[in-house]
Amino acid sequence: MAKIASLAEAVSELVRDGDTVALEGFTHLIPFAAGHEIIRQGRRGLTLVRMTPDLIYDQMIGAGCASRLVFSWGGNPGVGSLHRMRDALASGWPAPLEIEEHSHAGMANRYVAGASGLPFAVLRGYAGTDLPLHTDTISSVECPFTGERLAAVKALNPDVGVIHAQRADRAGNVQIWGIVGVQKEAVLASTRSLATVEEVVDELEPVPGAVVLPHWVVDVVAEVPRGAAPSYADGFYDRDNAAYRAWDRISRDRDEFGRWLTSLREDAA
Amino acid sequence: MTRTEPAAGSTTWTADEMMSIAAARSLRDRQACFVGIGLPSTAANLARRLHAPNLVLIYESGTLDTRPDELPLSIGDGVLAASALSVVSVPEIFNYWLQPGRIDVGFLSGAQLDRFGNINTTVIGEYDEPSVRLPGSGGAPEIAASCREVIVVMRHKARAFVERVDFVTSVGHGSGPTERSVLGLRGAGPVRVITDLGVLEPDPETAELVLTATHHGIEVERVRAETGWELEVSADLMITAPPTETELRTLRSMRTVGDPR
Repeated sequence: MAKIASLAEAVSELVRDGDTVALEGFTHLIPFAAGHEIIRQGRRGLTLVRMTPDLIYDQMIGAGCASRLVFSWGGNPGVGSLHRMRDALASGWPAPLEIEEHSHAGMANRYVAGASGLPFAVLRGYAGTDLPLHTDTISSVECPFTGERLAAVKALNPDVGVIHAQRADRAGNVQIWGIVGVQKEAVLASTRSLATVEEVVDELEPVPGAVVLPHWVVDVVAEVPRGAAPSYADGFYDRDNAAYRAWDRISRDRDEFGRWLTSLREDAA
Repeated sequence: MTRTEPAAGSTTWTADEMMSIAAARSLRDRQACFVGIGLPSTAANLARRLHAPNLVLIYESGTLDTRPDELPLSIGDGVLAASALSVVSVPEIFNYWLQPGRIDVGFLSGAQLDRFGNINTTVIGEYDEPSVRLPGSGGAPEIAASCREVIVVMRHKARAFVERVDFVTSVGHGSGPTERSVLGLRGAGPVRVITDLGVLEPDPETAELVLTATHHGIEVERVRAETGWELEVSADLMITAPPTETELRTLRSMRTVGDPR
């Protein structure tokens, strides 16, 4: 049975310096509040794993939480670049950042392998691209039945998987609907897991297309209304596209970002 | 922005509008189309509002057959899920739908494109010390590999249309006509590159991109000046018909989610 705790308690218990941490949510249900709490608690040396780093990893990188980034698409969707990520890569500010770069199909399959208890995944991918020259978790295998050469990618097994979902019940069963991304795989692939939710309810009502993560694979549930903003939670609130656009200006300048970070830290959870 | 005057009549349009309209025209009704965000998404949604009402739009966020009434700003906007026939997980969209070849057309863009239609969205310059760090792959490498065919939509600039891309993010025709089959790529690769100046298609013998059409009012010399390799011109060079009133009106009526009304 998952424990129900405050967000501060959950992060304090689950996330340690030097951990490999995956905060997942594909445009939808990005666990911003949990990422902000990791910033407030001052975690350092994290390997951050996420298909689309998005604003949340730009913020965590700018705050100095990360030493390594594992990803497949690092931009501000529909807006432009992630300036804190670019500054860390180009200038090592505020800390040097190593990268491990994949395609979306590769990352998705790495989570599937991790969730399935397998050491690697097989896919048709990467052939002829320059990615395998720079990423040592991409290799190839020969099919034992047909002899065909296929791409192989190393399983992802983060220390901590963090997601945001719409609802959980009091036992800690977690319900997600709308665009479900790779959240199920990220939680199942991880050693420990945290789900922040919009609301904790007595009973989960069935929703078409919903994914339910049962209570025994989730360690801690924390109720955090609007915990995915400025991304969105289907059925609760819309994506704040203006905030995504505004981030471009805030993140371009270290001082402007510093003011944003100070206000985040002062805004106690 | 430069507006092109048609030979007759009072309608004007921008080069970007001509590009989106030419790209929309290249899609056929009932095709299943894997759509990238930005220019491809605009063109695909325009086609759906014009001649291809049954175009099946698929986004990598897992939305199958989605019919957004406004253009999404990002690949996973709520408007895509709300209007989709079905929403599947990200592993499923890549493994069950894209990988086995169930999608007719991959619609892509890029920062750099070379004479063989290879696309770079990763870095300008050296990988370890790039002059510009771009977003990276996303779904593009496998879209380029596995869709039955690929259409690229990109603004035509000399710095973007290069002899050889700095980084191969997504394979076009590699370095020649046999490379896709040697690599085991099942789709046909780029069959058309639609820009704000014209249309490039691979030569059937060499796989090199040649100019097969210029848009109404665009000179061949201008296209050559904006292309970083010695651009061959097809003997059957076509001229893209100017936008119709209906095409322009429809394009201009489409708004992006969150834009001020």
